[in-house]
Amino acid sequence: MTKRVNTTKMAQFGSDAFAAKSFWHNGPAPGASYNFPNMRSSSGEEEMQRSQTPITTGTSVLGLKFDNGVIICADTLGSYGSLARFRDCQRVMKVNNNIAVGVGGDYADFQYLKRVIDQKIMDEHIADDGFALKPKALYTWLTRVMYNRRNKFDPLWNNYVVGGMQEGVPFLGAVDLRGMAYQDRHIATGYGSYIALPLLRDAADKNPNMSLQQAKEIMEKCLEVLYYRDARSFPKYQMAIVTAEGVTVSDVLEVKSNWEVAHMISGF
Amino acid sequence: MFRNQYDSDVTVWSPQGRLHQVEYAMEAVKLGSATVGLKSKTHAVILALKRASSELSAHQKKLIPIDNHIGISIAGLTADARVLSRYMRTECLNYRYSHDDALPVSRLITDVGNKMQVCTQRYDRRPYGVGLLVAGYDDNGPHIYQTCPSANFYDCKAMAIGARSQSARTYLEKNLDKFADCDVEELVKHGLRALRDTLPNEVELSTKNVSIGVVGAGLDFTIYGEEEMSRLLTAIEGEERRGGAQAAAAAAAAEPAQPPAADPAAPQEEAMDTDFGN
Repeated sequence: MTKRVNTTKMAQFGSDAFAAKSFWHNGPAPGASYNFPNMRSSSGEEEMQRSQTPITTGTSVLGLKFDNGVIICADTLGSYGSLARFRDCQRVMKVNNNIAVGVGGDYADFQYLKRVIDQKIMDEHIADDGFALKPKALYTWLTRVMYNRRNKFDPLWNNYVVGGMQEGVPFLGAVDLRGMAYQDRHIATGYGSYIALPLLRDAADKNPNMSLQQAKEIMEKCLEVLYYRDARSFPKYQMAIVTAEGVTVSDVLEVKSNWEVAHMISGF
Repeated sequence: MFRNQYDSDVTVWSPQGRLHQVEYAMEAVKLGSATVGLKSKTHAVILALKRASSELSAHQKKLIPIDNHIGISIAGLTADARVLSRYMRTECLNYRYSHDDALPVSRLITDVGNKMQVCTQRYDRRPYGVGLLVAGYDDNGPHIYQTCPSANFYDCKAMAIGARSQSARTYLEKNLDKFADCDVEELVKHGLRALRDTLPNEVELSTKNVSIGVVGAGLDFTIYGEEEMSRLLTAIEGEERRGGAQAAAAAAAAEPAQPPAADPAAPQEEAMDTDFGN
């Protein structure tokens, strides 16, 4: 960015405003380029800055398949750097009657893409042709959008976890800010991929066909551990459950935590 | 010069509330050879009668695969059909790329309809001179759609368009309630009988002048090969031809008298000899 120094003020300071303006007022300096007022820069391209970093962020998103559905969880904290700034940033979203999405990363980018997704669903509603977006289709679409933006070197700074029911079978997939995408029986993004994923993996290995209740308990356990260990986490969260019956997104729930041993931690 | 005072431009209304240029475009469909489409609960079939412009040339293609789940048959200007089919293929591919799924047939037809409508409302355009029968299969089951140069489209149980197609429609109407529970073989045979009814007395269906395309549950759009076709043609060979030429002539006379079709026999004879429409 080029900086223009406002010499007008300096010239007027301490002098009569009605006096004649200085001779070479605000004009081109010898040997320097000059942009005429109210003109586009000569290159024709407006200067712009791409996202270098997310601003208001959500932390981990967890997803888990159980025997006849999918659960997606995320807490409700909108962090501003390390500051716990917004305490009710809901980022688990019902898309239609067979898809739920959980989002981590830049909250503004999520809000933008949420509008686009909501419009897609509304278009479908208007078409009224009996077709509903499928989770695999939304997952693929998100991959295309994210990869397209990364190729403009201006990514949407998010992680998306898409869960839903497709032809009666649970679907769970994740897409990141580079358009990288994968499907799995359990997914954890961000800090959760270090802390929660081993727990989810262990639970799913021991119990490949877990019930909704068992899956809920594992998710609650993961959120609790994340609350202890992730400094960007929060004890309030939402849980979306997708089954053949439809999608339910819970109210804001509270993590049950136990800090009895906290007083023993010292030394840092 | 003009058949009518109000037919100089597509956008000009006649005082009777008609768009004559659009109606003339509808006539182009009737110049193409007949094509038939019908569906059961599980499958959709399209069949077409192919013409050869001369003894020396091959028969003109009438079936165009669009995607794994959609195929079309055409009646009218082949060149216009190629433009539309390219559009349909692009739409299907784009949807597959962005959603990793098959484009619902009804959505594709809506898009085609919107594309065709523009040509009926702009002075610098002309309507497409082709009618399509679209056979498709999606989550809502099998479909047969008919599209017109007027940009109307219809969701059909069965339909026939093109030259002398009234006889085929008569057959389809007569047998409509049998189609739903047919297996593919029976469905194709019904289609062949309907198509045969559009033929003049001296012409027979053969593997050379017939195309058959099928799509359905667990079956991608397939155009039958020569062996499969000759087997099916033999299967309906012995049967007596219903209606045939007489019924067709009667049916043609029954069609509303359009300006170019004052004598129902003459333009059709002419159409069989020219390569204007297929």
